[in-house]
Amino acid sequence: MSVLDSVKFDADGYLEDPKVWNKEIAEAIAKREGVTLTERSWIVINYARKEFETKGEAPTLRAITKNTEVDTKELYSLFPGGPGKLAAKVSGLHKPTGCI
Amino acid sequence: MKTFLILGAGTGGTMMANKLAKRLDPQEWEIILVDREMEHYYQPGFLFVPFGYYKPESIVQPKQKFVPSGVKFINSDIELIEPDQNRVTLKEGNKVLSYDHLLIATGTDIHPEEIEGMQGAGWQQNIFDFYTFDGSVKLHKFLNNFNGGRIVVNIAEMPIKCPVAPLEFAFLADYYFQQRGIRNKVEIVYSTPLSGAFTKPVASKMLGDILVKKNILIEPDFAISGVDSAKNIVSSYDGRELNYDLLVTIPTNMGANVIGLSGMGDDLNFVPTNKQTLQSNKWQNVWVIGDAANVPASKAGSVVHYEAETLIENILHAIAGKELTAAFDGHSTCHITSGFNKSLLIDFSYDVEPLTGVYPMPVVGPFPLLKESFFNYLGKLSFRWIYWNIMLRGIPFPLPPAFSMAGKKQ
Repeated sequence: MSVLDSVKFDADGYLEDPKVWNKEIAEAIAKREGVTLTERSWIVINYARKEFETKGEAPTLRAITKNTEVDTKELYSLFPGGPGKLAAKVSGLHKPTGCI
Repeated sequence: MKTFLILGAGTGGTMMANKLAKRLDPQEWEIILVDREMEHYYQPGFLFVPFGYYKPESIVQPKQKFVPSGVKFINSDIELIEPDQNRVTLKEGNKVLSYDHLLIATGTDIHPEEIEGMQGAGWQQNIFDFYTFDGSVKLHKFLNNFNGGRIVVNIAEMPIKCPVAPLEFAFLADYYFQQRGIRNKVEIVYSTPLSGAFTKPVASKMLGDILVKKNILIEPDFAISGVDSAKNIVSSYDGRELNYDLLVTIPTNMGANVIGLSGMGDDLNFVPTNKQTLQSNKWQNVWVIGDAANVPASKAGSVVHYEAETLIENILHAIAGKELTAAFDGHSTCHITSGFNKSLLIDFSYDVEPLTGVYPMPVVGPFPLLKESFFNYLGKLSFRWIYWNIMLRGIPFPLPPAFSMAGKKQ
């Protein structure tokens, strides 16, 4: 049984309750999404969690690249496709709110 | 004498100057409006200028024409805002203005320099923006001489002012080249960092279908990494490359530099603002209207118009020492021009995405929602007159500010 069986996800695969998140869940979500987490990925994840705890939402790509040592190019290699969404997903946060 | 200081005489600042002049006691308050420019542009017109549908001179008027008597207009750039000291320093003569209440209406500007290579050799040669008067006029000259090739419309990153404008540009380009009889020689590509034509599911589907119908190719999830002017290629972080003969860019949008310099902004120099009261999150005598705020509503004139109704009530309450009771609901109404003298109407809020149905309006309505119609297009064209004569002057307008579900299909 996977650690993911014990927690709930929304229709898009984001953790329903960000508070139940832990490192083991992050690894399991990453595996499900087909990405391998490295030390560099964790810089992003730790920053995303910290931002969520102070601001209540996932950071933007711009905030991640401005406030960590990971630049946009690397961010795309760590979280291929849509790094904003994928990083939020692995960090156990809600889907980033697209600006209308 | 107390001072109410307004920074920025665009749509929001001008509208609020008119409202405040009517509601604040002139014996007690001096209202000062500061802007670095003398001209007021009708910004929805920037979309029509490139195609020659509007003459450039028809969308410009002197700012002072809309400044009511009793409001002092100062033409100057702003050097620094010091909200802890309740004062603002102007560039013109380093003049210092102290205030009791401050309204920030400094808007948003494009920043092509944020994208690598954007302002290289191709800038304003075959790379243009249409979010500035200068850009839209130059793009018009280019389009006049354009006889075929590949046009890439690119949104660099969100949020942007008037998020439907890039789509409208693509729709109108299709129409324009059909009118000129060379549509078969022109390829139009719409590249966006979003996963579809728009952010919200119902509208994204409807607008995406229109792109397909008009034979406009969509390149979704395209996060621009740079432009190579020598090769005419725009590339994305995930390794995609798009060739272009004409690149129409919607560059990164950011709030005014002075917001960042004054330590009042977020990563994009937008001011953290309470999305309901429109008061600064940090300073109780600082208010924010329109594009300058970080609220999750559209950066659009209709939003400013609806916000103004909330803002005037809250400002008057704050001045009277009362609790703030008015709450902005994120209401936005947008006309999306789709070419062939038709347009679509969308109406939404913080909580409700754009839906289909009808938009009730006394006498002239109802207008269909998310559906192309000539009737909607008349609404869009008449808006220029309404903007200059009613909206900017803060005259009550027969559109209820609060979002309503009436007529909408769920």
